[in-house]
Amino acid sequence: MIWPIFNSLYISLLQWDGLSPAIYIGISNYIELLDDEYFYISLMNNLKWLIFFMLAVPIGLGLAIFLNQTIFGIRLIKSLFFFPFVISQVVIGIIFSWFYNPRGVIGPFLDKIGLSNYAILADENFATYGIIFAGIYPQIAYCMILYLTGLNNLNTDQIEAGRMDGAKGLSLFKNIILPQLKPATFLAIVVTVIGSLRSFDMVAIMTQGGPYGSSNVLAYYMFETALSEYGYRMGYGSAIAAVLFTIMMFYILFFIYRMYQSEKKGL
Amino acid sequence: MFPIPIQKRPLINRVSYKILVPVSLFIWLIPLLGIMLTSIRGLGDITAGNYWGMPSEFLLFTNIKEVFQNTPMLTYIINSFKITIPTVIGAVTISCMTGFALASYKFKANLFIFFTFIAGNFVPFQILMIPVRDLTFQMGLYDTVTGLVLFHVAFQTGFCTLFMRNFIKALPNELFEAARIDGTSEFNIFLKIVVPLTRPAIAALSVLIFTFIWNDFFWATVLIQGQHAMPITAGLKSLNGQWVTVYHLLSAGSIMAAVPPVIMFFLMQKHFIAGLTLGASKG
Repeated sequence: MIWPIFNSLYISLLQWDGLSPAIYIGISNYIELLDDEYFYISLMNNLKWLIFFMLAVPIGLGLAIFLNQTIFGIRLIKSLFFFPFVISQVVIGIIFSWFYNPRGVIGPFLDKIGLSNYAILADENFATYGIIFAGIYPQIAYCMILYLTGLNNLNTDQIEAGRMDGAKGLSLFKNIILPQLKPATFLAIVVTVIGSLRSFDMVAIMTQGGPYGSSNVLAYYMFETALSEYGYRMGYGSAIAAVLFTIMMFYILFFIYRMYQSEKKGL
Repeated sequence: MFPIPIQKRPLINRVSYKILVPVSLFIWLIPLLGIMLTSIRGLGDITAGNYWGMPSEFLLFTNIKEVFQNTPMLTYIINSFKITIPTVIGAVTISCMTGFALASYKFKANLFIFFTFIAGNFVPFQILMIPVRDLTFQMGLYDTVTGLVLFHVAFQTGFCTLFMRNFIKALPNELFEAARIDGTSEFNIFLKIVVPLTRPAIAALSVLIFTFIWNDFFWATVLIQGQHAMPITAGLKSLNGQWVTVYHLLSAGSIMAAVPPVIMFFLMQKHFIAGLTLGASKG
């Protein structure tokens, strides 16, 4: 696990197509990266993914609260809501790209609002949002299930006590429910951040980074430079991966620090 | 209970809630319903632009048959099983042992190894991609099911270990102590005490890993090239390219890809959710 990371960091210092002997070129890959327009587009898109993906957390919470009731058949309803998460991202991607196809499902609706033949995935400015929307769909389901479990384990006494004291609605939620849901929130944020950085599948299925690289994310851009028909630039690809890894590392360290704290408490 | 149980609310709220829930469920599932509807349509409906009306013919089985006849879909599905099942067995077996070791022995590097496992979980796959691909080349495993399985096992073990270790840690340590005093060997402790007690965790883990691996797309694209070893996710992607206009076949194919994890989920729902939400109730 650790070895490939270092190996990858090393490769990022090479100029190498995977077959012929590699040439050591120092940090020129990184310098090239600084001037690469597509790199910035991808980085910005990663940021967009991250920001919009965070919406999955409150939406999931909302859904969980909405569904946390005991009526007939609620178990089945909950699992049906959870459905999108079980299904492969590839399938979700295919469904949504078919959805967005102007001659596909939303065609008639687009005609009505005067946007006939508008294809969101072919629009440089909005393609990313189209993919994010598809990607967030299963993520909401995941957050919802985390919160449902959280809501199930709430401390009833505290809630009743709060109600006795006249806490209602929003203030009850803010002061008593939310603090108790903290572990669920933490986990939901963790998985959502990871999910947003692993946006590879969706991009690969829906646009392959296009049009003109406008919907690229670092993960896919890296794959494209290193292994696709655009040539096998392993070194450059590794440099991109290294950047992605560095970003991730901060996050990992933060998470491990949290785990370490709770582990110390437990011991 | 939070929110206040609906039964304690006025009648009007109760009724509207009961209407609202199915409606929102319907809206939520529209994408999936859409693809199901499409998979039973014929080509006529598709070209006529009839996407949301009643299908004029019921052709689900014809479509599925056509998919099987005209594409290597059957091979893809078999490959998916060939990849998924050994991975689940391998990763779960290894992680039971590592989890036990990390949970019950105190040694210096313990926490360090544990955190390495956790950190490994969050590492973006992309940084591993090129070295791993080289490694498979060198080992002669590129483009083979075996290669993919080996790497899946290696990557999933991190998550599985974390999972098992936390579960085993929650078992009373006195059990192991007592067995040790009675002279049971460590291996027997593992086999006769740990494994039976962790059965729910093992079940949960197996279901989770099954879905993860079945749905994996990244490694399948990186390590597999030919049809002979391609799992269904990567297979669908290549079909997606060929069949831009034949959405009914694509839908039928997608449904086939979605069915196994869905069945798995419904059969093992309790375990699945328990696995996913491990840690949502306690920090």
